[in-house]
Amino acid sequence: MAAVSASKTVTVTVNDTVYEREVEARKLLIHFIRDDLDLTGSHIGCDTGNCGACSVIVDGALVKSCMMLAVQADGATIETVEGLAEGGALTELQQAFSAHHALQCGYCTPGMLMSATALLRTTPSPTDEQIKKALQGNICRCTGYWNIFEAVKAAAGGGA
Amino acid sequence: MLLREVEYARPSSVADALAVLAEHDGARALAGGQTLINVMKARAASPDVLVDLNGIEALRGIELAADGTLSIGPMTTCAELIGSAEAKARPILGEVCAQIADVQVRNRGTIGGNICANDPTNHLPPLLTAIGAQMAIAGSGGERVVPAEEFFVGVYLTAVGPGELLTRITIPAGKHDGFASVTLGVDGTCIANAAASVNGSLRIALGCVDAVPVVLNPDGLDSVPAAVRSAGLNPPADVHASSEYRLHLAEVVAVRAAQQALKGH
Repeated sequence: MAAVSASKTVTVTVNDTVYEREVEARKLLIHFIRDDLDLTGSHIGCDTGNCGACSVIVDGALVKSCMMLAVQADGATIETVEGLAEGGALTELQQAFSAHHALQCGYCTPGMLMSATALLRTTPSPTDEQIKKALQGNICRCTGYWNIFEAVKAAAGGGA
Repeated sequence: MLLREVEYARPSSVADALAVLAEHDGARALAGGQTLINVMKARAASPDVLVDLNGIEALRGIELAADGTLSIGPMTTCAELIGSAEAKARPILGEVCAQIADVQVRNRGTIGGNICANDPTNHLPPLLTAIGAQMAIAGSGGERVVPAEEFFVGVYLTAVGPGELLTRITIPAGKHDGFASVTLGVDGTCIANAAASVNGSLRIALGCVDAVPVVLNPDGLDSVPAAVRSAGLNPPADVHASSEYRLHLAEVVAVRAAQQALKGH
């Protein structure tokens, strides 16, 4: 029978770094990333699966890390907002966010960037509708959606 | 939010999962977690053991038989169904899954989880009822097959009992289907929804108005409003809609779903 336990040793690769940690089964992936791995770029907004501030990419799929247990990520490759700018050089998308002032308070930005990154990987030239659909799971409480949309559109167009 | 202490198991077969469920009284199956984990945060559910079904390959995948019958593994995610070539045999399935929440939720949320949660506002219970799906349920006594109308038992309740697992969803061939809803924001929670299917005669299943999908068999499109009004419904009232308004919306979405199903028929 499968082992039943309150904690588990988890090995994950986050932004190309391998981590091995003992994790309680009740710990959400977002808490593991922020508190255990000290990668605080991913945010906790609503903690109810609505806002998308905790969005990360797990084995290629965009997910909300407040609706997944850390133990479920054992063996997974995870990308967080910290991994986007390789060697400190901002991606085209990040540059576009800057150029288009696509953030006000900035709290939703990590999630927005991960959702837009996931979109542009599978759909390099999205339609306006596809951009809006891709950002549906991310809430900006400043309601600064228009500039975010413009930034994604500019990044898709090949430059900020 | 920190969850209450919970134990975790990740079986790799249905038999193993059933054994863990049988061994622990407070054990509960974890599918995509897009409902259950949030419910656990709110302490509305407090299982002692989570039996993660994500490692069971036999519960995944979509097969299309020569006669057009679809067999869907309950751990298939909404995103997998939307991208499945086989599932296009019944186009309404992908069409409706693409209206559920958002990319992130569709990437993890499963077909089986959506129907086993049986939230009356979910999309798939009325859809699977209208198109005549059948569910296979496995337990210690073997496997049984239950039609959708008997699968949905009450609010958050299905025919899948303690210690049992939904193992397969079978959907007959068909193309003339429809779905309509009024939601909180685009692709948000349904205030009212309805699915329709034409397979010889018109069949409609209403969501959001009762504990389980309400099945109507009107003679044709013109009879739909009367069929909704004479069904003896007393829909729940909440901050989004009074009972009367929800009944009105049910009529509207039933007509729209029927129109789509009858189009080109």
